[in-house]
Amino acid sequence: MPRLEPRAEASQAMRFAAPLVALLVTAGITACLMFGFGRDPVDGMRVFFVVPLESARGLAEIGLKMTPLLLCALGLALCYRANIWNIGAEGQLLAGSIAATGMALSIGPGNSHVAGLLVVIAGAAGGALWAGLTALLRDRWNANEILVSLMLTYVAQLMVLYLVNGPWRDPAGMNFPVTRMFDAAASVGAIVPPYRLNWGFVVALVAAAFGWVFLFRSRIGYRLQVSGNAPLAARFAGFSEREGIWVSLLICGTLAGLAGAFEVAGPLGQLTAQVSTGYGFAAIIVAWLGRLTPLGCVLASFVMSLIVIGGELSQSRLGLPGAITMVLQGVLLLALLSADTFVNYRIRWR
Amino acid sequence: MEQLAPLIAATLAAGTPLLLAAMGLLINERAGVLNLGAEGIMLMAAVAGFAGGYHSGSMLAGLAMAALVGAITALVFGVLAVGLATNQYATGLAVALGGAGLSAFFGLPYVGKSVPFNTTFEVPWLADLPFVGVAFFKLHPLVYFALLLTAATAWFLARTHAGLVLRAVGESPESAYAIGFPVRTIRLAAVAWGGACCGLAGAYLSLVYTPLWVEGMVAGRGWIALALTTFATWRPWRIVLGAYLFGSVTMVQFALQSEGVDIASQLLAMLPYLATIVVLALISRNPAFIRINMPASLGKTFHP
Amino acid sequence: MFSKRGVIFAAIAAAGLVGLAACGKKEEPVKPAVKAETPKPAPLKIAFAYVGPVGDGGWTFAHDNGRKAAIKEFGDRIQTSFVENVPESADAERVIRDMASQGNKLVFGTTFGYMEPMLKVAGEFKEVRFEHATGFKSADNMRAYDVRAYEGAYVAGVIAGKMTKSNTLGFVASIPIPEVVRNINAFTLGAQSVNPKVKTKVVWVNKWFDPGKEAEAATALINGGADILLQNTDSSAVLQTAEKMGKYAFGWDSDMTAYGPKAHLASSIINWGPYYKKAIKDVLDGTWTVEANWWGMKQGAIDVVSISDVVPAEVKKLAEDKKAEIREGKFSIWTGPLTDNTGKQVLAKDTTGDDKFVASIMFFVKGVEGKVPSGK
Repeated sequence: MPRLEPRAEASQAMRFAAPLVALLVTAGITACLMFGFGRDPVDGMRVFFVVPLESARGLAEIGLKMTPLLLCALGLALCYRANIWNIGAEGQLLAGSIAATGMALSIGPGNSHVAGLLVVIAGAAGGALWAGLTALLRDRWNANEILVSLMLTYVAQLMVLYLVNGPWRDPAGMNFPVTRMFDAAASVGAIVPPYRLNWGFVVALVAAAFGWVFLFRSRIGYRLQVSGNAPLAARFAGFSEREGIWVSLLICGTLAGLAGAFEVAGPLGQLTAQVSTGYGFAAIIVAWLGRLTPLGCVLASFVMSLIVIGGELSQSRLGLPGAITMVLQGVLLLALLSADTFVNYRIRWR
Repeated sequence: MEQLAPLIAATLAAGTPLLLAAMGLLINERAGVLNLGAEGIMLMAAVAGFAGGYHSGSMLAGLAMAALVGAITALVFGVLAVGLATNQYATGLAVALGGAGLSAFFGLPYVGKSVPFNTTFEVPWLADLPFVGVAFFKLHPLVYFALLLTAATAWFLARTHAGLVLRAVGESPESAYAIGFPVRTIRLAAVAWGGACCGLAGAYLSLVYTPLWVEGMVAGRGWIALALTTFATWRPWRIVLGAYLFGSVTMVQFALQSEGVDIASQLLAMLPYLATIVVLALISRNPAFIRINMPASLGKTFHP
Repeated sequence: MFSKRGVIFAAIAAAGLVGLAACGKKEEPVKPAVKAETPKPAPLKIAFAYVGPVGDGGWTFAHDNGRKAAIKEFGDRIQTSFVENVPESADAERVIRDMASQGNKLVFGTTFGYMEPMLKVAGEFKEVRFEHATGFKSADNMRAYDVRAYEGAYVAGVIAGKMTKSNTLGFVASIPIPEVVRNINAFTLGAQSVNPKVKTKVVWVNKWFDPGKEAEAATALINGGADILLQNTDSSAVLQTAEKMGKYAFGWDSDMTAYGPKAHLASSIINWGPYYKKAIKDVLDGTWTVEANWWGMKQGAIDVVSISDVVPAEVKKLAEDKKAEIREGKFSIWTGPLTDNTGKQVLAKDTTGDDKFVASIMFFVKGVEGKVPSGK
């Protein structure tokens, strides 16, 4: 039976090769799927990986799709490094979009810059509040954060439904479950109109840069990771577990809340029942694909967005079924995780 | 009173898929392996079970097929997470995602098809009793099977040598390995068992509860089942309590709606989730209590 | 464990892969999708954006059947494509714009939530026609279409009113939008037209699509005394639950007889085929104009089919007669006096609600229990 043997030192070669292998495996499976469906694999690969990047519009759309994924993934990566298993970024994103909408609907068409800024700040606060609930329950009553953050996600989804069907329903919207469109002043502007990419993308990139500094160059970031990886050692060193819970969850909630605000105040311009298409869940995969590093998250959110958009194009151009997107995302993550094993282990046959 | 008996029956029927899946995941987790792929496994098994039942015309064949496919899907997770020591959280998520996508692929030919099974059962004689007959004895055999499974699981964990070994592997794989137990084999077996139980839960949905296949029909029940093991602090009978509690709150909120209670339905629908949080906070208040029951190596990779 | 260099390398690898795919393309020119040897005019390219998976067995499934019916009708004069699972989020605009930019001359969007994105894209692609289902906004090159599902609900109500023993009907409702509220009312009015004592209980599942929840809602209604159910959700779970519990129910959207042979009273079906054929013909013939198309039994978009043999012959005849009256335009469901369930008169005697009235119904008629969630 084969067995894994730890390497004395992590393999540099494998460290470089792992993502490449994972991508090649995923690409190979994509090609096989294309072939299985009777399509030309080369043409299929082109639709998936090249066509979305061919135009400025395409690039802008990738950036737009990346923004919520990246923001949520950054927060989640921090949580996981601190050993806090928050899987409720989706709920935190929704809470952010709710708070942002509340702000946008209540302020009049005033000074544009302040209004837009207030909306975004409200979103961040809403997300932080929602994550803070998880932190409070974990800190105060020791309630498992996986469970609480997940349950709160369901609650947030129903809250959105309640608001768009009830108190916030657009009076001029023929009773359909949407809010009125935000005033231009309360929206987040596009960077280069007419493309939809908005300033949220810049914020996400800046957050990634800050995230890198926070994790690898700050004392508090270091403390969080120590308390995450070696809680006992951390306790001896006087690092607090409570600090880890609160800081990581609040930062994650803030980032996810920002993502929610940028969705409603950006491309949507209103709160609808389907603000998020599971960004908070997909971001968990992004965080792991990015190996819990900020730069990795940037690249991983790019690849994930490419797969989503490529999946749409492969439906309309090649007539492939839509489920291909989910399959490929799963395969990519599985492939990277397995390949990563060989960074630290080698296989011995005996 | 007249409405209570059918409410109890409906609660038991609604709680059963959660109970079946959570009971398998419990074994999984007692061995120290957290499989977040439950939702994907249930979906794969639901479509496999439906296909099995559809082609063979036998519900038993469908259930067997579902358990088998559930175990195989779980083993994909197992080979990576146990064999290759990948991160359990991330691997489970990948399986959840991949399972949802693949089941949609395989399920396309079965959309809009129906299976000819009779899904109504009665326990002879007992079903005719007043009140309890309606409440407890007109349910599908899988409902009772889930309770038997609970009893068996409780007995296995508490009273058998194998159960002791399984728990040892979950508590301290290093020591278990040092004593000479094949830790990875045991963990793989536990993962396969968990997958088979999730498979039965998926098939309960696609063959018994609502005998049909549609994409995404498990609709989050895999996640709730995962939550239940924590909720129950890894004790079999508490899972029963949790599963039926969740089922009953769901049914009660529908019953309230049907009686025309003047609360927005979206707010009522939050009840099961809020109730779970509240109960969880109540039972978790004492950290020592959780720590005693939680398998110490849960979610951590092990390599010999 | 987490190396920056590894990540950068991943990026290079990704870029390399992309390059590889691109090179492959240059070496091996892509075969044109349409064979060049046919001298016929290029087929009309048509795209459909679906909100759900074609495998949902409900809403999207029915639209895709409509698309297939159109293919059958027009053969190689048209070339269709679709994208399924397009969420009503920021993604919709991207998908719809891509469809327009790919040479599709006719784009169908099958859910309300595509309205704003479609309007936006319609403004950019003046030569493309846009068809938006269930909405209320239009543009020079965009029009709305919908079906009068409530006509089917009314006829189902006629059957239910005659068949109920407890005089209590149950309705499993999805999301409180006007269409669903309308169908609840029509079902109740249909039943009351033959049995004034009927009341309707409503349970909302807040989802279009979750068979388990639909079954649980149906159970709650039956436990609450309802003996005949109708649903405005996507699966057959409600009918199956009625079958299990020995009550009656209807099929919705498609003929669901097979799911509950004993419980099935009839199915109210939506047939999008006729409308899709008309819309495509409009474009092919150059007669496409902006108009509101709200199709019902008259145009064959709605029908009540497979009425069960447990329904007595005279009730069957009653239902068929009502269908004929609706088809011929002799009968309007929304005729005064009509009061809501708080006792307020919404239509005076001898007045008939026009389409604008019907489109904005957000109250329950007398006999429906409870309030429209968040209805003010």
